[in-house]
Amino acid sequence: MSGATRQVYDDIRALEYRYARLLDDDQLEEWPNLFVERGVYKVIPRENLSRQPALPIMFCDSRAMMQDRVRSLREANVYNLHYSRHVVSNVEILSARDDTYEVAACYTVYQTDLEGQTRLFSVGQYRDVIANGDGDLKFREKIAVCDTFNIPNLLAIPL
Amino acid sequence: MLREAPVIPWPSRDGSRVPFEVFTRADVFAREQEAIFRGPVWNYVALEAEIPQPNDFKTTFVGDTPIIVSRAEDGSLHAFLNRCAHRGATVQRQASGNARQHKCVYHQWCYNSQGDLVGVPYRRAVAGMGGYSADFAPKDHGLTKLRVASRKGVIFATFHPDTVALEEYLDEPLLAAIDRLFSRPIKVLGHMRQRVRGNWKLYSENTRDPYHAALLHGFHATFGLYRTNQRRVGGSDRARAHSTGATYGDDWRQAAQSGNIGQDKFVANYSLADPSLLEGRPDFNDGVTVSITSIFPCLVIQQIMNTLATRHIRPKAADEFELYWTYFGYEDDDEQMIACRLKQANLIGPAGLISMEDSEAIELIQRAIVRDGHENSFLEFGGLHADLGKDRVGEATIRAFWRYYAGLMGLSPAGGEA
Repeated sequence: MSGATRQVYDDIRALEYRYARLLDDDQLEEWPNLFVERGVYKVIPRENLSRQPALPIMFCDSRAMMQDRVRSLREANVYNLHYSRHVVSNVEILSARDDTYEVAACYTVYQTDLEGQTRLFSVGQYRDVIANGDGDLKFREKIAVCDTFNIPNLLAIPL
Repeated sequence: MLREAPVIPWPSRDGSRVPFEVFTRADVFAREQEAIFRGPVWNYVALEAEIPQPNDFKTTFVGDTPIIVSRAEDGSLHAFLNRCAHRGATVQRQASGNARQHKCVYHQWCYNSQGDLVGVPYRRAVAGMGGYSADFAPKDHGLTKLRVASRKGVIFATFHPDTVALEEYLDEPLLAAIDRLFSRPIKVLGHMRQRVRGNWKLYSENTRDPYHAALLHGFHATFGLYRTNQRRVGGSDRARAHSTGATYGDDWRQAAQSGNIGQDKFVANYSLADPSLLEGRPDFNDGVTVSITSIFPCLVIQQIMNTLATRHIRPKAADEFELYWTYFGYEDDDEQMIACRLKQANLIGPAGLISMEDSEAIELIQRAIVRDGHENSFLEFGGLHADLGKDRVGEATIRAFWRYYAGLMGLSPAGGEA
């Protein structure tokens, strides 16, 4: 566990689970608050990793930009009506230094339409940098690398 | 040569009525592969910047047929089927790369970067077993080749022997639209893909449809990026197969921050909490902030502010296509410009703030037209006699698409000529 304590591991896992639950409970307005003020969120198709910097399909580098994304989803965008379910697993601390943790995890997102049919929407890996500030763990960076880089229809709710 | 034309009542000569069954029927889809994608058209296949070095290749599609686009040792461009001439297996399994030879894994038939057969294992019999007869000529067993042409690094291919020269096919002002965006060397930044459960022609319509832009896409109007009072110009080729349109913008950042959002959608004093999304600097001096160019049958080239991309429509079945975006900047972009393009990528693609609605609208159509195939969509917005050159908000461009399509497919109203 790269020097991190059991308690830190539990706290990181709790942060990941909370992240998933907020998105699935449609509490999108709360989603940016899991990041530090200048936090970075990216969704990168796996096939783009061979070029640096890798082209993202969603990219916010501030909490304000995440709020804009949420407001756009609420007020401007039209997208497929669905419920989403984020499943986070294989949470692993890769490094721990100065209260900053590099974390890898797997995500799986299912979408369920209004007729109750569920399909696998996206699977991939989170590459996170999590910082401990004010006794609170927050994402400094969260990169969702999509194995499913051929996006079914469209991507609206963050991965 | 062509299979029997499917029986589709084609209700209007002017393209204002389109029967839903052209979006749903498997026999129509199969016919399109021959009459459209293998017909006398130029299909977009790749950008030269994706295969800059000798022996670089990329696998892609013409219609639903898998092909390899490659640059030979001498720098020349080639396209050939990605299907072994021996038993039909996929030859090149990688999406892209660099290879002097493409070897089929099944029996190791080997082709060079021009698609010629250069190696056959056990061609001569071993210990009297196997082998090919003495008159076996490798030149007769290469990968089927397509004709290739490039305009400013945009590569097109055609199966058909009678396709006119690329410049004639594209015609002005489509050539001018390509020349403008590819006036200096480009740098590919990456790809975006989305899989849409809808017919490919619904996307062709979508990119020739200015009517929907401010109505479906809320972000444009909400942030003042697109207003019906902005000046727009457009053009088409003589055959009316393609279309190109450009919108002249005010300084977009100023527009977004002023809350001046025109008549389409009223949201008072709306602005971005983080306006860095729209920071950029013009790539061109002509004041055009949006240009959309649709080239029949499968290419869209776009500039939306600093986002530059080709969109390749790859049909998979009557009710499914892939939309494959190649996102690029210019070789002389500095770090700041690349950063700005990566950030503006938020605007387009499958998660695009101003584009995500399109595939949803298409799926909504496909889901609802499962029955009543003889009923028609209705395309009269802007008036039937609108001048294509001037009508930049109506459906004249979509009607022109359907007239060209019907011509290639041999569809005409009952009693009319093919």
